[in-house]
Amino acid sequence: MNMKVLIAALTATCLGAVAVDAQSKLNVVTSTEDLASIAREVGGDKVNALALAKGYQDPHFVEAKPSFILAVNRANLYVAVGRELEIGWLPPLLTSSRNAKIQPGAPGYLDASSNVRILEIPTGQITRAMGDVHPLGNPHYWLDSGNGRRIAQAVRDRLGDLSPADRSYFSQRYDDFDRRLAAAEKRWDGAMAPYKGTKLVTYHRSWPNFMERFGLEVIGYVEPKPGIPPSPSHTVDLMETMRRDGVKLIVVEPYFSLRTPQAIANQIGGGTVLVLAPSVGGAKEATDYIQLFDYNVRLLAGALKQATGK
Amino acid sequence: MRGVHVLCLGLVGALLLGGPAAASAQTADVQTLRQEIDQLRKELDAIQRQYGERLAALEARLGGQPAGPPVTQPEAPQPATAATPLQGNLPVYGAVSAGSKIFNPDIGMIGNFVSATGESRGGSDAIAPIPFATLQESEASFQAIVDPYARADFFLAIGEEGIEVEEGYVTFPTLPGGLLVKAGKFRASLGRLNAFHNHTLPWVDRPLAMYNLLGGSPLDPDTGIKDAGVSASRLIPAGNLFLEATGEVFRGDSGTVFKSSRRSDVSTVGRLRAYTDITEATNIEVGGSYARGHNELGSDFLTQLYSTDVTLRWRPLSRAIYRSAVARNELFWSRRDEPGAPQQAFGGYASLDYQLARSWFAGGRYDWSERATAAAIADRGSSAVLTFWPSEFSQIRGQYRRTRYGDDGRVANELLVQALFTIGAHGAHPF
Repeated sequence: MNMKVLIAALTATCLGAVAVDAQSKLNVVTSTEDLASIAREVGGDKVNALALAKGYQDPHFVEAKPSFILAVNRANLYVAVGRELEIGWLPPLLTSSRNAKIQPGAPGYLDASSNVRILEIPTGQITRAMGDVHPLGNPHYWLDSGNGRRIAQAVRDRLGDLSPADRSYFSQRYDDFDRRLAAAEKRWDGAMAPYKGTKLVTYHRSWPNFMERFGLEVIGYVEPKPGIPPSPSHTVDLMETMRRDGVKLIVVEPYFSLRTPQAIANQIGGGTVLVLAPSVGGAKEATDYIQLFDYNVRLLAGALKQATGK
Repeated sequence: MRGVHVLCLGLVGALLLGGPAAASAQTADVQTLRQEIDQLRKELDAIQRQYGERLAALEARLGGQPAGPPVTQPEAPQPATAATPLQGNLPVYGAVSAGSKIFNPDIGMIGNFVSATGESRGGSDAIAPIPFATLQESEASFQAIVDPYARADFFLAIGEEGIEVEEGYVTFPTLPGGLLVKAGKFRASLGRLNAFHNHTLPWVDRPLAMYNLLGGSPLDPDTGIKDAGVSASRLIPAGNLFLEATGEVFRGDSGTVFKSSRRSDVSTVGRLRAYTDITEATNIEVGGSYARGHNELGSDFLTQLYSTDVTLRWRPLSRAIYRSAVARNELFWSRRDEPGAPQQAFGGYASLDYQLARSWFAGGRYDWSERATAAAIADRGSSAVLTFWPSEFSQIRGQYRRTRYGDDGRVANELLVQALFTIGAHGAHPF
């Protein structure tokens, strides 16, 4: 008798959980905070968006923690950066999630890179002698606001597919985001216009889309090759190049050590190390996708003004 | 009537008179035509020669070869053989094979070179021996999604003398009821370390307790319970606590720990593990496992294993590539039926690994373990490990290992050196 009561209670609990789930918001889990921010912009109060990697964390090296399995297990939609950025941690999470809805190929899995502008797609033969290259192109594509708009379109369409009753709501939210983004882009373009063609150095190849958008030229990297720690010989070469080209600015992601960039800045004389946020949450002020660019443009324009005197 | 005759005669006469003149004109036309044909033939030959030369030059350029002599008479294409140099007119195999490569699995190969020096005094010849130099176990991996319902993973352990399927299984991640089912040959979910592949260990060797209690053999460098069977695991709802229950059924053959004498001598493994994030940077995992199977003495003799494990990890997210620490502890109890009284052996290890810099890791491990078949004998050991990662795809590791063997009190002081190197696809990192 007791067993029957227990089974009945368990069944009721499970059914109750399913009923609550059906009425609740769409759970959107994303690889990075940028994608979560865009999902919130489009999904509004119809979604719960959660990012696995923090904005101040290197997105290449995220641990596949079991707590992430719980999050992915409850997801209605998983939005991945793609281009093999998450190859070291996402596949086991998806498999272990026991969630058929978000497996690759299912309607609840969205590769955000499928409709965006990708740079640095290798041509010809590539080998690991080139470092940890991404064969499918540079995965830091969200740092071009044009790509952010395209990601938002894809999220709008996919949320509409998953919740057709809210399709017009998602479209309105997207239109609003698009308008605000377009206004912000004018602001950013204006702030960065005086510095078109300025040369600088970055730590990792995280910024090609961002620099291309604002017409800045990256002439070298603190890493000798992607994913390879700085070496003395490469650092010497980089300093020579910076001196020759009159480059004073080194842009660093918040998850890299400042020791080598700071040493380079000191050695070349008058150099500046600038920590920018490569993702939403990469700095306290970068609280959403538009704020991310506001923050980076403000800091970068200020540093360039100081460096160039324009 | 007469008029008709005159007309016919006139026509015949005209034909007879006009015939030689027409024939003469026709002969001239034929000659002209022949000349024109000869001229055209020469021009055609010249064009053919020019095209042949151009084609040869183009092919030579494409093939990176200097232009050869002009080709005037193209030969019939010859089938390419291994002995035929691959240049010139190669057949183009088009999109069919190129497209089929898209569906090839991710293929990777991990080399594991190990070298040991130092005094062993015979003891280490019997317990976890490592020769002076060995390509201990290279691992070839083939991983791909099978269809919308399954994915497959193969890991072939390639030793110096043969190949073994270390693991080969299909996983069904889309089953109803929140079940995750695996079928094939795989490492059992007994404790924490048993599921690790050799190259993912933070040390060169496995702890003594795994060797003594989980089926170690001098003939197999890859200690641990691995067998063919089926695994089913499920998440147990517990709020933000990750709680997972796993049940596995195997054929019952695994190293020296389980032996199946008849079809019904299956072995079973059960595991419950819990995980929670203490802070953003710190987390803890606790597990309990049980395994049961028959040993080599026959179907009436069982071996039962109990295990507990605790793993405490620390990794500050904003400095995750520079700093981390992992503390591990696993305990094993073995109860092995034998004629007369059962052997009850106990063993375990405790370890701490700390990341000093982006490429440097240091660690230590303490081992203590009785032997499954002679519980009165206890071996103990300690190790200090230093690992250098030139990149994500290679590692060089040195381990000083001091082992005191319980059978005669002999001590082995050894220096183990390992080089791990990865080519091809680099799979996900184990957590």
